[in-house]
Amino acid sequence: MNIVVCIKQVPDSDKVTIDRETNRLNRAGVPSIINPFDENALEMALQLKDAHGGKVTVISMGPPQAEEALRTALSHGADEAVLISDRKFGGADTWATSYTISLAVKKLGDVDLVLFGKQAIDGDTAQVGPGVAHFLDIPALTYAKAVEVTGETLKVTKVTEDGYEVWDIDKPCALTVVKEANQLRMPSLKKKMAAKKAEIPCWGFNELQPDEEKIGLAGSPTKVSKVFAPPVKLNKEILSGEPAEMITELIQKLKERNVL
Amino acid sequence: MSTTKELWVFAEQREGKIAGVVYELLSEGQILCEKSGYTLCAVLPSADGASLCQELYNFGAKKVYTIDDPKLKDYQNDYYSRAVAQLIHEKKPEIVLYGATTIGRSLAPTVAVMVNAGLTADCTQLDFDVEAGNLLQTRPAFGGNIMATIICPDNRPQMATVRSNVFKKTKVSDSESGEQVSYNVDLSAVPERMRRLESVHEADNTIDLNAAQYIVSGGRGVGKPENFKIIYDLASELGAAVGASRATVDAGWISHHHQVGQTGKTVCPVVYVACGISGAIQHLAGMQSSDVIVAINKDPDAPIFDVADFGLIGDLHAIVPEFQKQIAAAKA
Amino acid sequence: MGANIDYGITEEQQEIVNLIDDFGKERIVPVRAELDEKGIFPSDLLKELAQMDLMGLYIPEEYGGFEAGQLGFCLAIETMSKYCIGVSVSYAANALGADPILIGGSDEQKKKYLPPLASGEKWAAFGLTEPNAGSDAGGIATTAVKKGDKYILNGTKQWITNGGEADIYTVFAVTNKAKGARGVSCFIVEKGTPGFSFGKKEDKLGIRASATRELVFEDCEVPAENLIGREGMGFLLAMKTFDISRPGIASQGVGLAQGALDEAVKYAKVRKQFNKPIIANQGLLWMLSEMATKVETARAITYAACRTIDSGIKEVSKISAMCKYYAGDVAMSVTTDAVQVFGGYGFMKEYPVEKMMRDAKILQIYEGTNQIQRDIVGMALVKEYASA
Ligand SMILES: Cc1cc2nc3c(=O)[nH]c(=O)nc-3n(C[C@H](O)[C@H](O)[C@H](O)COP(=O)(O)OP(=O)(O)OC[C@H]3O[C@@H](n4cnc5c(N)ncnc54)[C@H](O)[C@@H]3O)c2cc1C
Ligand SMILES: Cc1cc2nc3c(=O)[nH]c(=O)nc-3n(C[C@H](O)[C@H](O)[C@H](O)COP(=O)(O)OP(=O)(O)OC[C@H]3O[C@@H](n4cnc5c(N)ncnc54)[C@H](O)[C@@H]3O)c2cc1C
Repeated sequence: MNIVVCIKQVPDSDKVTIDRETNRLNRAGVPSIINPFDENALEMALQLKDAHGGKVTVISMGPPQAEEALRTALSHGADEAVLISDRKFGGADTWATSYTISLAVKKLGDVDLVLFGKQAIDGDTAQVGPGVAHFLDIPALTYAKAVEVTGETLKVTKVTEDGYEVWDIDKPCALTVVKEANQLRMPSLKKKMAAKKAEIPCWGFNELQPDEEKIGLAGSPTKVSKVFAPPVKLNKEILSGEPAEMITELIQKLKERNVL
Repeated sequence: MSTTKELWVFAEQREGKIAGVVYELLSEGQILCEKSGYTLCAVLPSADGASLCQELYNFGAKKVYTIDDPKLKDYQNDYYSRAVAQLIHEKKPEIVLYGATTIGRSLAPTVAVMVNAGLTADCTQLDFDVEAGNLLQTRPAFGGNIMATIICPDNRPQMATVRSNVFKKTKVSDSESGEQVSYNVDLSAVPERMRRLESVHEADNTIDLNAAQYIVSGGRGVGKPENFKIIYDLASELGAAVGASRATVDAGWISHHHQVGQTGKTVCPVVYVACGISGAIQHLAGMQSSDVIVAINKDPDAPIFDVADFGLIGDLHAIVPEFQKQIAAAKA
Repeated sequence: MGANIDYGITEEQQEIVNLIDDFGKERIVPVRAELDEKGIFPSDLLKELAQMDLMGLYIPEEYGGFEAGQLGFCLAIETMSKYCIGVSVSYAANALGADPILIGGSDEQKKKYLPPLASGEKWAAFGLTEPNAGSDAGGIATTAVKKGDKYILNGTKQWITNGGEADIYTVFAVTNKAKGARGVSCFIVEKGTPGFSFGKKEDKLGIRASATRELVFEDCEVPAENLIGREGMGFLLAMKTFDISRPGIASQGVGLAQGALDEAVKYAKVRKQFNKPIIANQGLLWMLSEMATKVETARAITYAACRTIDSGIKEVSKISAMCKYYAGDVAMSVTTDAVQVFGGYGFMKEYPVEKMMRDAKILQIYEGTNQIQRDIVGMALVKEYASA
């Protein structure tokens, strides 16, 4: 089975701190990681490959340094990697990102399955997976936690608000994968050494030949008009003392706020 | 082409029951329509929508587009996206709002590329810029650590998925009138590429974190897995769901179903009680938008106090059982 | 590895360290308390180490290994030991079991037994100690009697790490009683051989995740081709094995002590008494300084032993024994002090240092007690100064 896994490089949120003065994120010097949910997508791909053979290709759209994320994915066991990068792709919203990624998947050719993380932890939209699927004209299921190959189709378990659903879906298809699915295996030493030296092709405007109106800023219907820190809690109250007194006071305050 | 401009709410239904978030969106839609002068409408794909319309009118929908087809009985991405996209193409609404549910967050991104629309994800605030005629869509990004206001100046419709439990439900009356517009979509041309085999509602006694009004969460400070008992006890007294920080889940103290945070669940209950949670940004991301946050921690410098409305400094092992005791006493 | 000290670590060695450090944080830390409490053998972790290509670090490339050398392998053990030596000994004991084959095995034996060990498909163990032969390993009573193209083994081995879990055992038995230690031979015995069974798993003070069992041989027939080297070479093989395995024990000590130091310093910075962090007391800070210096000296002598072995120098018993006892003693003292830094909290199972202290004790006992190590160093001194 030929599987493509789309991975996004994101800042490591565990290491991001908030500037208490300005209430903004300190992103400087924060290491980049593979989007955590994309690790689950990658592991799902690797398990399918272990069981059924085939090839796992990771692709990432981003600035040149996103290559690091791809090398990490190779060290975990992906077979090949492609970077999608071009200044002209910059500023893309999910619409333009989906379009651009879909061109790269098409260029990879014969693909049975395209996997995504549930959502990226920075943009947080969860929109790219279904978007790419539509551009590729393949069916999509979101929030997948398990997949099984049943002849020509796949049997997919997807998480819902209050349980799960089991679906039968034709190949090729797209899935977005949740954390419950699995845990990414550790990298292997040999693959890690090989990944350092691996050739990673970079596909840009010339390679993908996109419609210029559908990429980058121009291809993005949404515009970020302003970014601001979430409102801070204004009248915070700190209680201390004996547990019984604190709780009595707390309960009274919660009642005053009509939340108890 | 409709004569007045329209604001649509996708009327998500499961097993013939309209999702709660739909009423929240209609309620907020009333306010937006007042500002914009648009007509509030609902779009209802289902097997047979007629019987569901009245309640939608009651929450302010002037018009309900019903799209009836046996294939639309349960959610299926291909059929639903085709139906909604076709209706959008034809009626050209200005705004389409979807609940940010598992269904909404699959359907909306598919429809967005089909109809060439921008889509803002998981909004927590909506407003209308009367001058520019734009919907101002505000959403948390980076796990709630920043807020962004998104506009969509050049494309119509403007679309957004909107988080549950952020807008209050306001019923206009119990007997509003409205117009049902039946719309037909020929789905026979849509290839059947996926089939739902099974739908399981897990009979889990624990309360669903996403829907919970109250949540009591435990972090590393709980100390060991057995100590989660006091968290559960308080939760059951409050009728709350139990949450947990990533550290406790990683340590194997509690199952990941309970994890609140960036890689876990994003919650916004009325009251969130954080017990022994230091408040790593990762965790804050998942609970920051709770209405009232109560933090119990022995370290007065813990970052959780930065987002708390009420901070209790002290030993959770003494405070939590006391909390439970007093709630129980109050009920008795 | 020590912070800000140049030990001349290569890029490849650094990769090994980084990989295992991630493994320790992500995989060992979440489960170590439970493995310890319930005495669960870390099979899943060893399987994952196999998938990471780390089971064959000590094995030459021609037999499917990664050939990371003594230092590369010991860095792996050290890094893993920061997180749990119950796990790292289960890992390292594979090398202990395989070393007699590596040192004295024929090419056929190496081709047959090393590749599955390198891939991690199979695990190994080393069986020397007996109920009545510990420090005096030459006094073993297990016998091997040649009968046609077989040897018949009878006897009991005690406290064998990875016993019952491993597939391949190197077992020491007497083939010629009259010759004493020179009458000991070493055999490869596979799990499942008729007449070969295991005793119950021991309940231990520390390294509780590791499996320690008896190996019981009752008329166990082993093919003659499983003899390693020649008859009578067994004791020498055991000693040569210890020469290269002891730096591994030392690495456990260095890693464990480092782990305890890390915990202690972090704690001393956040624990407040008398309105200031306890680290602000010179009495406590100096304790930490002593701990850190001990860790670093233990590390330095251990790496020196590794480099000596990697350089091809044959006579390494003295430096191996030195690093083994020194680092073992350091681990014991540093973990004990770490508990002290934590005060009463250190005594509680909620914090990791009490386990570290329990675990440390074994480092002064197995692979030759630290008294025996001092004996070895002493004997070497006597020899070196014989003509002086
Ligand atoms: C503050 C802020 C708010 C934003 N809000 C919106 C918004 O509301 N609507 C909108 O359309 N755009 C928005 N964007 C832009 C959006 O973040 C980018 O388009 C981004 O490239 C993709 O969206 P995401 O990060 O949400 O990914 P998601 O859609 O959440 O990602 C889902 C999965 O798609 C794959 N994927 C995503 N990006 C890539 C990539 N670059 N390379 C490979 N695979 C990838 C991964 O598998 C990932 O797990 C916003 C940006 C910012 C900075
Ligand atoms: C958890 C564990 C795992 C083990 N794993 C293995 C394994 O995988 N394979 C294996 O073959 N063995 C293994 N052993 C055995 C271990 O190597 C022996 O326990 C060790 O060699 C000491 O032998 P003993 O316990 O019989 O102590 P003894 O030899 O009885 O010694 C008792 C005390 O006397 C001291 N002493 C003895 N002789 C002298 C002397 N000449 N001078 C000064 N002091 C002396 C010792 O230092 C010690 O303090 C393991 C043991 C344990 C506890």
